[in-house]
Amino acid sequence: MEATQTRKIKKNPRLPRPGRIVINAVLLVCSLIWIYPIVWTIISSFKPQADFFKEQLTLLPGSVTLENYARVWSKANFAVYFLNSVIVTVFSVLLVLIMTNMAGYVLGRYKFVGRGLLMAIFLSSICIPLVSTLIPVYQIVKGMGLLGTRLGLILSGAGGAHVVFLLLFSSYYSTVPNELEEAAKIDGCGFMRTFVSVMVPLSSPISTTVIIMESLWTWNAFQLPLILTLNNPTARTLAVGLYAFKGENTVDWTGICAGGAIAMVPIIVVFIAFQKFFINGMAGAVKG
Amino acid sequence: MSQHAIKAVRSPIQRRNRIKLNLWCWAFVSLTLIFYLLFQGYPILCSIYYSLFNWSGMTSNMAYVGLENYRSLLNDSVFWGAFKNSFRYMIMVVPLEVVISLFFAYLLNDEKLKLRTAYRVSLFVPVVVTASIVGIVMVFIWSSNGIINYAMKSMNLIDKNINWLGNAKYAMQTVVYVSVWKDMGTYMIYWLAALQSVPTDVIEAASVDGATRSRTFFSVVVPIIAPTAGIILILCTINSLKAFDLIQTLTGGGPFYATDVIATFVYRTAFTSDMGLPRFGYASAAATMFGIVVIIIGAVLNALKGKLQDLQ
Repeated sequence: MEATQTRKIKKNPRLPRPGRIVINAVLLVCSLIWIYPIVWTIISSFKPQADFFKEQLTLLPGSVTLENYARVWSKANFAVYFLNSVIVTVFSVLLVLIMTNMAGYVLGRYKFVGRGLLMAIFLSSICIPLVSTLIPVYQIVKGMGLLGTRLGLILSGAGGAHVVFLLLFSSYYSTVPNELEEAAKIDGCGFMRTFVSVMVPLSSPISTTVIIMESLWTWNAFQLPLILTLNNPTARTLAVGLYAFKGENTVDWTGICAGGAIAMVPIIVVFIAFQKFFINGMAGAVKG
Repeated sequence: MSQHAIKAVRSPIQRRNRIKLNLWCWAFVSLTLIFYLLFQGYPILCSIYYSLFNWSGMTSNMAYVGLENYRSLLNDSVFWGAFKNSFRYMIMVVPLEVVISLFFAYLLNDEKLKLRTAYRVSLFVPVVVTASIVGIVMVFIWSSNGIINYAMKSMNLIDKNINWLGNAKYAMQTVVYVSVWKDMGTYMIYWLAALQSVPTDVIEAASVDGATRSRTFFSVVVPIIAPTAGIILILCTINSLKAFDLIQTLTGGGPFYATDVIATFVYRTAFTSDMGLPRFGYASAAATMFGIVVIIIGAVLNALKGKLQDLQ
């Protein structure tokens, strides 16, 4: 990719100046439109509740307050929701990372009996809409006695085939030279040792991508957590908690914005810090 | 003779090693397989089973009714409304999303562009924020007091405030706009990946031959990115049929079922008491029917893509 970039700079004919100005103007306006709702949410979360309807459109609030945060954090359970989101995300991501790394390793490196069939089954799962499995998953979690618990959210959140991650890991592992494995074997490493001490460290770029993408997906998950915590508000994550909050406080928009910001800001920070991994992972999904 | 002997000596060990290797491989995929079967494979079959019962889901009281649920679904105008809306939503979202994301990707695929990263991050940020939360915030932004009405009024595009989400006439298109805004970045990244695979000397050659920017795009770039375009179209179509988070939080399927899709229909029928007692069996029948349709569409699109690639 480095090579293409430098080549492009050298060879691509320069656009005439007016053309470049138009393109920049279009992109600038669109970028502002695209981030406006998010910026508006964050700014509104600092506006005093009483001023909200007076200055709802202004991006520079007359006065700034943290009262909205204090209100939703302690009175509206957002401290609990936040903790739940963190716990569910951390453990779901760990589970998914371990299982897709292991499965991707053997799918990418070994032609074992049944590999083709497994791949086909996993790939076909892309088309299954969540709505078609929602009711049975609810029943399964209920049968495990995990309805309205964080563990129920963690396990069901880690469910599914994670096709994108399997493809990322398997295509990565298929490029690792055989010599490494043979050297490990000569050193007396068995199958497990070779995987844990040679392969896992090698796969850290893919692991990082998987951690970031799965964190975003779990943090943002709504449909499953919504139905699995209907009976127990204290197990809700931020995505579900704000929906319930809005149902009860329809006009508390500064509170809604504060709750929304609590959910959005961490994920935006993570994204901006790790955007390379995220974008490469997504791009890899189409190429694979 | 000696070769045979060697084979006879080696093969049991080889075979044992082979079996051992196969066992290791299966052990390594087993965790993924279990989670897949438990939360996706088995549930899809379960859904078909539930659909044959009259069952509220609240009790263990299940009465076998055969295909009765399907028969009532076919006569349920709310279900058909939701079914049609799922596809109406798809038909509106997919072209808008695919074209707009390609447009931005094409503009951004220019290394000389200053602020390239800033533009890309801004256009992509809606993808990473929580859909359900965006949906709630957007309820205000598109409300009579929100910025959309204010902006359109000050540009003289409308003279009276429009209740975008509360008016059945505008609700669906508003949901579509919000979805396109939210997910566009995903497809933009896909397109950028495709565009970066176009060799620069080919573009260079075209411009030496005097092709304009748009001519180069349609005659040189498009044929090269066509295979990825197929994947992008399939993903976009399937994802649009899966939509739930935004629609549930923006409108909950309303007003008067104007934005009701199968996902919101199933949620309402199975998990809320908006329409009387929850009906797990009935909702499962709707979910199953829709699931089968989506899987067929996915398979057909995939086959079409294969056919087109063979032709090239």
